[in-house]
Amino acid sequence: MSPLYIARSHEIAARVLDGEMMIMSARDSTLFNLNEVGTIIWQAADGAAMLEDIVTDICLEYEVDPAEALKDADAFVRELAEHGILRLSDQPIAAPAAAPKEGT
Amino acid sequence: MSSPILASLHQLTIEIGDIPILIRTDNPDFAYLLEARYGEFVTAEAPRAVIKLEIELVKEAAFGIEDSGFVKDGEDLSVRLESGRWVMERSDYRAEWDPQNHQGWVRQSANPYAIDGVLRIMHSLVLAREGGFLVHAASAVRNGCAFVFAGVSGAGKTTLARLAPPDVILLTDEISYVRPMGGSRGSGVRSSEIPSRHVPNRRSTIDNRQSYEAFGTPFAGELARLGRKVRAPLRTLFLLKQGAENRIEPLSEGQAARELLRHVLFFARDEELVAMVFQTVCDFVRRVPVRRLVFTPEARVWELIT
Repeated sequence: MSPLYIARSHEIAARVLDGEMMIMSARDSTLFNLNEVGTIIWQAADGAAMLEDIVTDICLEYEVDPAEALKDADAFVRELAEHGILRLSDQPIAAPAAAPKEGT
Repeated sequence: MSSPILASLHQLTIEIGDIPILIRTDNPDFAYLLEARYGEFVTAEAPRAVIKLEIELVKEAAFGIEDSGFVKDGEDLSVRLESGRWVMERSDYRAEWDPQNHQGWVRQSANPYAIDGVLRIMHSLVLAREGGFLVHAASAVRNGCAFVFAGVSGAGKTTLARLAPPDVILLTDEISYVRPMGGSRGSGVRSSEIPSRHVPNRRSTIDNRQSYEAFGTPFAGELARLGRKVRAPLRTLFLLKQGAENRIEPLSEGQAARELLRHVLFFARDEELVAMVFQTVCDFVRRVPVRRLVFTPEARVWELIT
């Protein structure tokens, strides 16, 4: 699998409510609720970290098969990318000029 | 036929949610039609209006439609920002509004549904920047406090309104108007341009930073009755669900936000405003109790609404 870098998009609004991460695509108004692991991936998506490394860190904390976890994570980030929630690249992604507003 | 409300220029001001919008038309019959349609929401104080709309009536054929019946919002609606002006198009109208100078026009057939649709959109745009929203919901005032009952068509909004006891003041059985008290985050209608008496009243007993008001609207559903032009602090928003008994269930903030977002009316394809509406709903569920109201269609359900 080739390197995959992920970065949070500008075109979103995100909020943590009761510990639950909610993200809305400003582009198509699709609403996503992320579970604990999805939230970890989302929060790590700074454009500099590779998805594989993020998943490796997750596997240190959760008892999951690394290959299966990477496969699931890959499908997850690609779905978010389809709605403009994440940006994907095979190279590091430059940090956005202004981070999307994220409340708590 | 004469009217104390209509001036010779055939203009009238329709004030909803404390925002007066001046409507001008060259057709006196249409002006009278609007005056009858909007009832007590029509005011005689035109100079107070901060948004002005010119209505140009055209034949329905101009829009390629045969029937002037109500076209539901969203079926063929387009709301977009072009060169700083909001463009609103539906099969029975085209409208433009410049939020900078607060003026616009509507080209429509001579039915009240078109201007009704335009007003809903304009209020939703103003509210998005105010931290408020329009929501598919019935609402009512009881004991000085407002209660909002949100739900899809068939959820029971009109049923609940019909069952209301005499002490309840109905705000609407279809589209509720929710606005934060005591401040905004910068609406299309700047607060400095709204005469001071249109800024929601501050009430010393309520924390204005964390409170909302519900306003009556003329947007009626199956009840076919205008809401009252009344405002009150919002105590609880209920998400309606019909069931075998009457009860109130708690909801997590996440559940409340997810479900409320489904009922909020927002028509524009605009990334900035969509993000604002999302944040507004998240703020709202943290500040106002949101509960599920399971109810049977009987008057006793109102015993829970106090």
